[in-house]
Amino acid sequence: MIRTLIGMAFILIGVTFDFLGVLGLVRLPDVYNRLQAATKCVTFGSAGLLFGVFILQGFNSFGFKVLIGIVFIFLTSPVAAHVIARAAHRSGIKLTKETVVDQYQEDHELKE
Amino acid sequence: MRILRWVIGLVLIGAFMYANFFIYTGSIYIKLINVILFSALFVVYRVIVGPTAADRIVAVDILGILIVGMLALLGLYYDQSFFMDIGLIWALLSFIASLAFAKVLEGRSLDD
Repeated sequence: MIRTLIGMAFILIGVTFDFLGVLGLVRLPDVYNRLQAATKCVTFGSAGLLFGVFILQGFNSFGFKVLIGIVFIFLTSPVAAHVIARAAHRSGIKLTKETVVDQYQEDHELKE
Repeated sequence: MRILRWVIGLVLIGAFMYANFFIYTGSIYIKLINVILFSALFVVYRVIVGPTAADRIVAVDILGILIVGMLALLGLYYDQSFFMDIGLIWALLSFIASLAFAKVLEGRSLDD
């Protein structure tokens, strides 16, 4: 009973974070803002959802597969986000007008 | 125009949430899967109207992580563990596709 309650709480938190992250993907004005909001919120949301499924299932085959999924998401999603952000900045996509600092550009100018 | 967009978005989200949680009578897992599929609709909107190519790459990356969470809930509903195998393979292919798209956007070859 208490295990079902904790698992459903984790699943509800995960679905809420998924929805808010996708709302940020639609609403924010820039590629980098969208990438930051969507990647953080959706990674944490899906990992919380999978952890809730693990609490509901326990130590059977489904539970271990879900644990492997959590580790895989936490390893690959930040790497993909970093590679996409670096590629977007190097291919010359402009930042939005409200930006106050761009330290990657300053560092790049210093090196040349 | 700005107020019109706010009103359209709030009416759409409110109507969906009311119809999903108060009118539709089904399992709680199916209701949560409906919320994730509604989020996927927003992601597809960003894929279609994204101003630059990086927006579309970000949206495809986010869609892969969302689908992994949805497949975990679907396996919990049907009480089958092979849905999580599909989720793991989907996450792996989505990660490789994001890396390849980022390399193509950056304008470099695939082996450096």
